[in-house]
Amino acid sequence: MYSQPDVAKFISDRFVPVRVHVKEDAAEFQRLGGLFDAQWTPTTLVLDTGPKERHRVEGFLPKDDFASQLELGLAKAAFSAGRFDEAERVFEDVLRKYPQSDAAPEAQYWAGVSRYKSSNDPKHLSAITERFRTAYADSTWAKKASVWG
Amino acid sequence: MSELINWSHDFNRAVETAKSEGKPILLDFSAAPM
Repeated sequence: MYSQPDVAKFISDRFVPVRVHVKEDAAEFQRLGGLFDAQWTPTTLVLDTGPKERHRVEGFLPKDDFASQLELGLAKAAFSAGRFDEAERVFEDVLRKYPQSDAAPEAQYWAGVSRYKSSNDPKHLSAITERFRTAYADSTWAKKASVWG
Repeated sequence: MSELINWSHDFNRAVETAKSEGKPILLDFSAAPM
């Protein structure tokens, strides 16, 4: 995953990357693994500047699936900081760039929620439900959005 | 090939960098060969 130049560039541009190796950084692995409840490798966390966990990937994923999860985490970090316009933009990027990924239905849900949070207009909640009628209708996220229909 | 990314191994320093640059942290718990 990290050997792909476009993934590496995305990480370098958008994150502060920290690696804790189970053997090479054994003491730190134990300390941070306990702090963030990481008991398996690979475990990849997106932390905000708090640093609080905002997204978690456990286990290996192929390139596009992993990249979509990174972008989802980036959007969640913006959302948690109250930067809803930015969050919506990044969630929409996930949909545009990785429409077949497992991250896409979740991104569609949170893109709509981000728009609602930035506007406080409830019509954006019903718009989420409507959008799920035509895309990712069989997903768990469609069920979550059904409450606004 | 992970040298494409300039990984930090100092978490506390990374937190300070994240705060000053306004970027989230990508924390990778790994067993991959280094």
